[in-house]
Amino acid sequence: MNTIDLTPLIDWSRAQFALTAMYHWLFVPLTLGITWIIAMMETIYVKTGDPEWKKITSFWMKLFGINFAIGVATGIILEFEFGTNWSNYSWFVGDVFGAPLAIEGIMAFFLESTFIAIMFFGWNKVSRKFHLLSSWLVAIGANLSALWILVANAWMQYPAGTAFNPETARNEMTSFWEVLFSPVAVNKFLHTITSGMVLAAIFVIGISAWYLLKNREKRLALRSITIASVFGLMASLFLAVTGDGSAKQVARVQPMKLAAMEGFYQGQEAAGLVAIGVLNNKEKRDAGDPFAFKIEIPKMLSLLSYGDPQHFVAGINDLKNGNPGRGILSIPEKIDRGKVARQTLTDFKNAQSAGNLVKADSLKSVFADPDFIKNNFSNFGYGFSDDLEYYVPNVPITFYSFHIMVMLGFAFIAYFSLFLFFSWRGQLPKRKFWLWIAPWMIPLAYIASEAGWIVAEVGRQPWTIQDLLPTIASVTKLDSGTVMVTFILFAVTFTVLAIAEVKIMLKAIQHGPKNLGGTK
Amino acid sequence: MFETLSLTVLQQYWWIIISLLGSALVFLMFVQGGQTLLGHLGKNETERSLLVNSLGRKWEFTFTTLVTFGGAFFASFPLFYATSFGGAYWVWILILFAFVIQAVSYEFRSKAGNFLGQKTYETFLYINGLLGTILIGVAVGTFFTGSLFSLNEMNQVSWQGPARGLEAALNFQNLSLGLAVFFLSRVLGALYFMNNIDEDTIFTRSKRHLLINAIPFLVFFLFFLIRLMFIDGFTYNPETGIVAPEKYKYLHNLLQMPLILIMLLTGVAGVLYGIGSSLLKAKSTLGIWFAGSGTILTVMSLFMIAGFNNTAFYPSTFDLQSSLTIQNASSSKFTLTVMSYVSLLVPFVIAYIFYTWRAMNKKQISRDELTSEHHLY
Repeated sequence: MNTIDLTPLIDWSRAQFALTAMYHWLFVPLTLGITWIIAMMETIYVKTGDPEWKKITSFWMKLFGINFAIGVATGIILEFEFGTNWSNYSWFVGDVFGAPLAIEGIMAFFLESTFIAIMFFGWNKVSRKFHLLSSWLVAIGANLSALWILVANAWMQYPAGTAFNPETARNEMTSFWEVLFSPVAVNKFLHTITSGMVLAAIFVIGISAWYLLKNREKRLALRSITIASVFGLMASLFLAVTGDGSAKQVARVQPMKLAAMEGFYQGQEAAGLVAIGVLNNKEKRDAGDPFAFKIEIPKMLSLLSYGDPQHFVAGINDLKNGNPGRGILSIPEKIDRGKVARQTLTDFKNAQSAGNLVKADSLKSVFADPDFIKNNFSNFGYGFSDDLEYYVPNVPITFYSFHIMVMLGFAFIAYFSLFLFFSWRGQLPKRKFWLWIAPWMIPLAYIASEAGWIVAEVGRQPWTIQDLLPTIASVTKLDSGTVMVTFILFAVTFTVLAIAEVKIMLKAIQHGPKNLGGTK
Repeated sequence: MFETLSLTVLQQYWWIIISLLGSALVFLMFVQGGQTLLGHLGKNETERSLLVNSLGRKWEFTFTTLVTFGGAFFASFPLFYATSFGGAYWVWILILFAFVIQAVSYEFRSKAGNFLGQKTYETFLYINGLLGTILIGVAVGTFFTGSLFSLNEMNQVSWQGPARGLEAALNFQNLSLGLAVFFLSRVLGALYFMNNIDEDTIFTRSKRHLLINAIPFLVFFLFFLIRLMFIDGFTYNPETGIVAPEKYKYLHNLLQMPLILIMLLTGVAGVLYGIGSSLLKAKSTLGIWFAGSGTILTVMSLFMIAGFNNTAFYPSTFDLQSSLTIQNASSSKFTLTVMSYVSLLVPFVIAYIFYTWRAMNKKQISRDELTSEHHLY
């Protein structure tokens, strides 16, 4: 199998996973955020008894319901795709990676799906307070499920709390708490759920603004905007803080990703941050001229990455070719070290099957040697390809996605502040220009959200497990045509369903909160 | 507390949890069965709406159980996850596809602007009911009949089956289990409608379809079960891990584990009683509970004879020594211990599901509810 070119298979497999993940992420962030907004609105209803609040709650709940089902549909594929398309990965790290997925099901999905039925159908069947509790539990359940899948994702980016067992040829968990509370996991979770809150707030404001422009559902719109802009402003500020936390961690655990995010080729002290830039083509970038145009904030990259404006930041070239002065190994060196680790594993397996137990035992003990772990096993994944370029992620995609995300993130803070101000001054219905802008912010929120995942996932290529396992060694050995067929099957299905979802959503918005209670 | 248990005990504990989830899934597939009966039981728009809304409050339980079943299998027996999902690719992909189109169909079916039209979404529900049940049955069938694969020394799978898993459907033993699951899900679906819907015409038709589907269910299930008693199984030596064929293995398993035999017989009796009492009594609505608990006991006992008593639960007939057993396919002791603590949540989950189910099903769904409720499928 090693002699066959695996490139088409890997490309199709990655494309299929990216397709599923990106479709999934079109629907999940709204669920993560709007469930909190709904729960808050319903709390006000239960506290005040004002039927208008029930109507408002029911209206957003209806839109949430339309969105929810398709998120579930795309989610199931993601979970099983680890097995179907990344089976070698599933064995190599299943001992660690499977646990959060199972916990997600037991702890979160049941909570969410049980209480969602009460939320939608229980108005007349359970007490008001129990219904309210159910709405909060749906929000908690949705966000708990995000916690576990993000713990799993963070572990791929920063494999903590694990050790390699040569006997089983896989990584095994050694500390559950290190996996759960790894700083990357905690930060990723907070950053991701707050991004969902921001998106949901923009969604609510956008639709409410449209009603105000059309001069309908005025009370619903004004109240919704007030709640959403307070909620959105808090979330967007927290989003910036957790984003900063993410950058610091990426600098530490995935320096190549950081360099790609910034199009940063030549390492230096007091490195500046590119605020806006246009990249040159690959030849020029490799020749030391990465930008056709850029506006740079001096020392900012050092400051944001390491909290020190003078700190050295490694560039792509340092990471590729090594920088002995800074203690950075070159990729060829890492390849050599990784090959030693792989060869040791092969020798161990050969000794075992030859029945040479003495040799097998001594080779096995090598894997427990701290020096071997530090120097060789930590570079295990580099032993799979000699191609230097294979270890550099796609710079333009990572760079532009990162910059789009950050710029939009800051724009959202200003946007929420503005809407909160208008709302506080009672000026909203008069601010026609801003009301007209608001619906257009919705697609931008989705773009920012997707861009965030593109940075996280494209930026870490080729690793499925940082430094330990590249995509080439993770993929299921299928005929690439097979994966192409399933890619097309899912692409068509998801696209058709997404069109249906958007059309239904637009109809429901046009229809408004008519016949949605408001009587008790 | 779990730290003191041996790896073997933890592996068995987790096989029991997998069996429980698998059996709960088969019971909850009354939703799938019900979906394939929509056209037979609902002769007009109101009746079909009653049926869809009745199922629509439960479909997520089935879906979530499937997802949790997958996740729990991954966490506790990752080698199965890697081998079967990556190997029997087409079977699993088609199962997934059948569930993708289900998830949206309830919500989208009757909504304005749904792009594909109501009929299409009802067809999606039918496909889900048909493919989902049969293929899951066929996939579980291979736990007994085996598959064609080998694992290398790094435990990486290479699948030898010509159709990436679909070849399993050509084996009549697997197919009969698939068809048994399909007809069982329809039996359970009919029983669920009898329990949940306050509409005489639907009750009468459900009763008729209960009989129509109970017969093929019994034929396929009994064929599967009786033949299972006579086929070769695969046994492993717990000391060396070496796998060897054994004549009448599954019969031996039942005889050597009498508790499981009792479970199986009780389960089958429960299913039969649920069906029989519902057919014979004029207005029985409780059949679903007897048949449902019977289903859970029966399926659990099948999983247990597939994995316990030193049996390879995912045999490879291509390379016997690549067969998966609960011993060689499991997670590490550490992970199983962690997961065992997590499993302590399961009783709470069952408790709140039970509580909310009762709250929601206290009153049967009726025409009145279709007009008073503002969230409808």
